[in-house]
Amino acid sequence: MSRDSVLVSADWAEKNLGSAGTVFVEVDEDTTAYDGGHIPGAIKLDWKSDLQDPIRRDFVNKQQFEALLAGRGVGNDDTVILYGGNNNWFAAYAYWYFKLYGHENVKLLDGGRKKWELDNRPLVTDVVSRPATSYQAKEQDLSIRAFRDEVVGAIGAKNLVDVRSPDEYAGRLLAPAHLPQEQAQRPGHVPTALSVPWSKAANEDGTFKSDAELTTLYGDAGLDGSKATIAYCRIGERSSHTWFVLRELLGHSDVKNYDGSWTEYGSLVGVPVAVGDEPGQA
Amino acid sequence: MGTEAVAGCGAPEQSAPLPASVDIEKETVITGVVRSDAGEPVGGAYVRLLDATGEFTAEVVTSPAGQFRFFAAPGTWTLRALSRHGNGDTEVTASRGINEVGVSVRS
Repeated sequence: MSRDSVLVSADWAEKNLGSAGTVFVEVDEDTTAYDGGHIPGAIKLDWKSDLQDPIRRDFVNKQQFEALLAGRGVGNDDTVILYGGNNNWFAAYAYWYFKLYGHENVKLLDGGRKKWELDNRPLVTDVVSRPATSYQAKEQDLSIRAFRDEVVGAIGAKNLVDVRSPDEYAGRLLAPAHLPQEQAQRPGHVPTALSVPWSKAANEDGTFKSDAELTTLYGDAGLDGSKATIAYCRIGERSSHTWFVLRELLGHSDVKNYDGSWTEYGSLVGVPVAVGDEPGQA
Repeated sequence: MGTEAVAGCGAPEQSAPLPASVDIEKETVITGVVRSDAGEPVGGAYVRLLDATGEFTAEVVTSPAGQFRFFAAPGTWTLRALSRHGNGDTEVTASRGINEVGVSVRS
């Protein structure tokens, strides 16, 4: 997998603002960030209200996703360039989500919103509207989405990668530290999961590390390249970042994101949980 | 979600306001302001919280008044700020409740 087919640089992006067939899309955890200033021409997707079912804990269905993209003016043939805050966590999540519903041409802006801002590149508050399209999604590609029973079955059998911070892995924190810590789920990690924080795959400015650095990172962590891999975090957004690294940058063939992640797993009755800094036994 | 300051907690007014739902008896809040060399608040700075081993734990963007806020755990942490006015680090030993700490950046 070539980096150029899945990632664009801030320089490329700035030169290609407004190019026909290219749609910039901002996806953030803080959904007010877009309103305070966005890349010229970019539309906004709200990871929660646009991409999550309003009642059940699940994604919007195929028809809802089609209606969403059609209404926002995204066509099947458009190249979608995703970017956002939090070092592209939610943009990577949206990337995975677009792939889940079979969108072919989607890329991440390397460094996301942070690099764009630190570089002093243009941000505008214009209201962006695009003419509606007729969008056709595919059925969900479940070869990239893991569910809870598969995670339990992967203990000691597949690569499990816990991409949260070391303190969340060990059970000392229950959420990333920009969020309140009082949570319903039990602390800890899935036994045998490797701890490879997503942040180790990124530079300080939010860009991805080089392929050579990334290969060394997961090799040193003990990831067995001959086995399938499931990545998880707390709600599935940081693990989308790692899913992107393993499958899209490093070209591993069988990598799934467990979007239920620790908020689901840590609330399940009867499943094994390990606490502390070691992976633990199957 | 409302972001009124918690009444009577003694938080100085320059710290980031806390959501009313947050129980500061249980949370270890690390909050403060990023300032430039000249002492001016730096909005839009990226502040990361690094754990005792230097590993990334979280990152937030400062408010227009330069404010940031984390929910951590008792222990030693490093705050690292990146901004258009330069970068800077501060170490903090936090305990339960509100921990006020400033970060200075210079290029």
